[in-house]
Amino acid sequence: MNEVWVIAEQRLGKLMSVSLELLGKGTELARQLKVGLAAVLLGDKVRALSRQLVCYGADRVYLGEDPRLRLYQSEVYADLVAKLVDTHKPGIVLIGATSIGRDLAPRIAAKLKTGLTAHCVELRIVNEDTEKPQLVQVVPGWGGSLMVNIACPVRRPQIATVSPGVMTKCDWEEREGEIITLAVDVQQELRVETLEMVHEERTGAALEEAEVVVAGGWGLLSAGGFELVEELAKVLGGAVAGTRPAVDSGWIPEHRMVGQSGKTVSPKLFISVGASGAPQFTAGFLKAKVVLAIDQNPNAPIFDVADIGLVGDLCDILPCLVTELKETGLRI
Amino acid sequence: MSLNIIVCVKQVPHPEHFSRITLDPIRQTISREGIPAVINPLDLHALEEALRIREELSGKVTAISMGPPQARCALEEALAIGADDAVLLCDKSFAGADTLATAYSLACGIKKLGRFALILCGNETIDSATGQVGPQLAEFLGIPHVTSVIQIAFEQGSSLIVRQALEEGYMKVRVKLPAMLAVAKGINQPRLPTVWAIMEAGSKEMQIWGASDIGATQDMIGLEGSPTHVTGIFERDTTRRREILEGPPRQIAKKAVNRLHELIAT
Ligand SMILES: Cc1cc2nc3c(=O)[nH]c(=O)nc-3n(C[C@H](O)[C@H](O)[C@H](O)COP(=O)(O)OP(=O)(O)OC[C@H]3O[C@@H](n4cnc5c(N)ncnc54)[C@H](O)[C@@H]3O)c2cc1C
Ligand SMILES: Nc1ncnc2c1ncn2[C@@H]1O[C@H](COP(=O)(O)O)[C@@H](O)[C@H]1O
Repeated sequence: MNEVWVIAEQRLGKLMSVSLELLGKGTELARQLKVGLAAVLLGDKVRALSRQLVCYGADRVYLGEDPRLRLYQSEVYADLVAKLVDTHKPGIVLIGATSIGRDLAPRIAAKLKTGLTAHCVELRIVNEDTEKPQLVQVVPGWGGSLMVNIACPVRRPQIATVSPGVMTKCDWEEREGEIITLAVDVQQELRVETLEMVHEERTGAALEEAEVVVAGGWGLLSAGGFELVEELAKVLGGAVAGTRPAVDSGWIPEHRMVGQSGKTVSPKLFISVGASGAPQFTAGFLKAKVVLAIDQNPNAPIFDVADIGLVGDLCDILPCLVTELKETGLRI
Repeated sequence: MSLNIIVCVKQVPHPEHFSRITLDPIRQTISREGIPAVINPLDLHALEEALRIREELSGKVTAISMGPPQARCALEEALAIGADDAVLLCDKSFAGADTLATAYSLACGIKKLGRFALILCGNETIDSATGQVGPQLAEFLGIPHVTSVIQIAFEQGSSLIVRQALEEGYMKVRVKLPAMLAVAKGINQPRLPTVWAIMEAGSKEMQIWGASDIGATQDMIGLEGSPTHVTGIFERDTTRRREILEGPPRQIAKKAVNRLHELIAT
C-alpha cells in the first residue's frame, strides 16, 4: 500500500517543529488509509534525529547522510526526494511551508509532474475504501473568507505544503521504527550551492509557540503606539503580533505579522486590538482556542470571528483589561 | 558581459478590491469582472532588479506574461518602466492552468525567445500566493533556482552569489547562470515609470503568442495539463461565540476577564 510521507526538515542539526506537526497529521491520514507513515530526513550526522521522528509518529525513516547535505542544497535535495518517491511511490507527501520547504516542494512536484497545493489549513481523506482514495486539501480562497477544496485526482503522489503552527504534533511515545539508510551519491558539481547559513536570533517570544498572542492593528495609531499592546501581552506572558498596516508603519517587525501572507498561529488565547478583521488577517488565527477582539466599530468584521468582542475605544479598554487581569491573575 | 534577462510578470487584481472578487459556485471559477488589475507587486521588484543589472552590465530585459488579452496592460506598464520588449502568452487553451501548467507554458515561451542568462520572478503572487511557478519553470527549463532572494552579486565567471532569506537569518548561495531567481520584498525599491519612458514605450515591441506558436503540447497546458483541480468551495466555518460586550470600559473589561477564565478552562 502507498505510504504517507513527511519530508522532515532539519537546520543545523535541529528538527523544525513543523515536521513534527506534519507527523501528527500524517499519523491520522495513514491510520485512515491503513498504510504506514514514513519520514524522509536528509543532512549530515543527523541519524540521532530519526528517533524523534519515530517517537512523534513515523513508522519508518528514510535517512540520507552526507557531508554535502549538511546545509539545504536545492538541486541535490530535490533530486534525492524525487528519486525516492519514484522508487517507493508514496500516495501522499507532506512538506512544511518554511522558506526552505517552499523552495524544495515545487521543484519536486515539477520533477514528478504531479500536483502541489500550497499552504493547506486542513487535510482529509475521502473515498478511503476505494481503489483511489483522495486527499482533500483545504486552502483559504480569495481573501480567506471562502475555503477552497483542492484535489489531485489522477496523478500521484499528492503533495501539500502546510505552514508551521497549523497542525498539531502527537505526544511523544516510546516506540521502535525502521531506519532505512539511503545510498547518497553527491558526485556531480552543484550548479546551485548553499555556502553558508547565517542564523539571526529574533527578539521576543516566538509567535508559533506562544500560548497567548496579542495582535495590534491600524487602530493603535490613535493610541499613540504599541505600548498598550505590549503591556497586555506582558501581563499574560504572551507574544506581540500585528496586522499588515502595523508592520508597514514599522511598529513591529515583519516576522510578527499574522495572516495570509504572515504567520499562522494557534494559541490558547488570541487577542486582536484595533484591527478591522480583514479575511487576510483573520486567516492567520483560525485555530486559536479563544479569540477576544477589541474595536470601536461595532460593525467591524473582526467581531464575527471573535468569541468575546469588546466595543469601545482601545485607549480606555486596554488599561482596564490590564488592571483586571493583574487582579484576577489569569493563568494560561 | 551582456545579458539577456527575462522577467515573469503576472497581472493580478488590485489588492484593495479583493473583497469584490467572487467565486462562481457552479463553474467554480473566480469572477474578476470590473476589478482593476495591476502588476503583482513582487514582480515589480523583479523588474527593478533586472533593470539595475542591465544598467550595470548591459543587456536586454524581456517581460513575459501568460494571461488573458487584458494582461497586455501589465506588459505595457513593464515596457513603460523600462523593459526592452515583451511577450504575452495568450490562448483560450491556456485557461484554467494551475502552477504546473503555467510554469510549462512559460517555459515553452521562454525557449522560443532563445538564449537567456537570468530569469527573474516574484517570490509569490498576491492572488494565489503559492510561490510555485518560479521553481517549476526552472525545472522545466532544466536550470537551477533560488527563491526568497534579497541580494544579488555577480562573481567572476558566470555565477552569482545571492542571499536567500530564511525565517531567522539567511543563506549565502552560489548559483551558476543560466538560473531562475525569485525575489523577495527587501531586494530593492522599484522605480516608477518616467514620462519619457512612457512615451518611448509606445514604440517598443510586444509579441502575442498562442499555444501552437510556442509548440506547447495540449495535454500539458490549461485545465487539462493541471494535475490539481478545485473540487469545492464553501463558506468558512466561523464557530465562534460572538459574545459582544458594550458599555463602560471598566465593566466590560471585568466581564471579559471572567468569561476568559471560563472559556480557557474548558
Ligand atoms: C494579498 C493580500 C495579503 C494580505 N495579507 C495580510 C496579512 O497576512 N496580514 C494582515 O494583517 N493583513 C494582510 N493584508 C491586508 C488586509 O487586507 C488588511 O488591509 C489589514 O489586515 C487591515 O489591517 P488593520 O485591521 O490593522 O487596519 P484597518 O482595517 O484600518 O482597521 C483598523 C481598525 O481599528 C479600529 N480603531 C481605530 N481607532 C480605534 C480606537 N481608538 N479604539 C478601538 N478601535 C479603533 C477601527 O474601527 C478599525 O476597525 C493582505 C492584503 C492582501 C491584498
Ligand atoms: N501567469 C503568469 N505569467 C507570468 N509570470 C507568472 C505567472 N504566474 C506566476 N508568474 C511568476 O511566478 C511568480 C510566482 O507566482 P505564484 O506561484 O503564482 O505565487 C510570480 O511572481 C511571477 O513572477
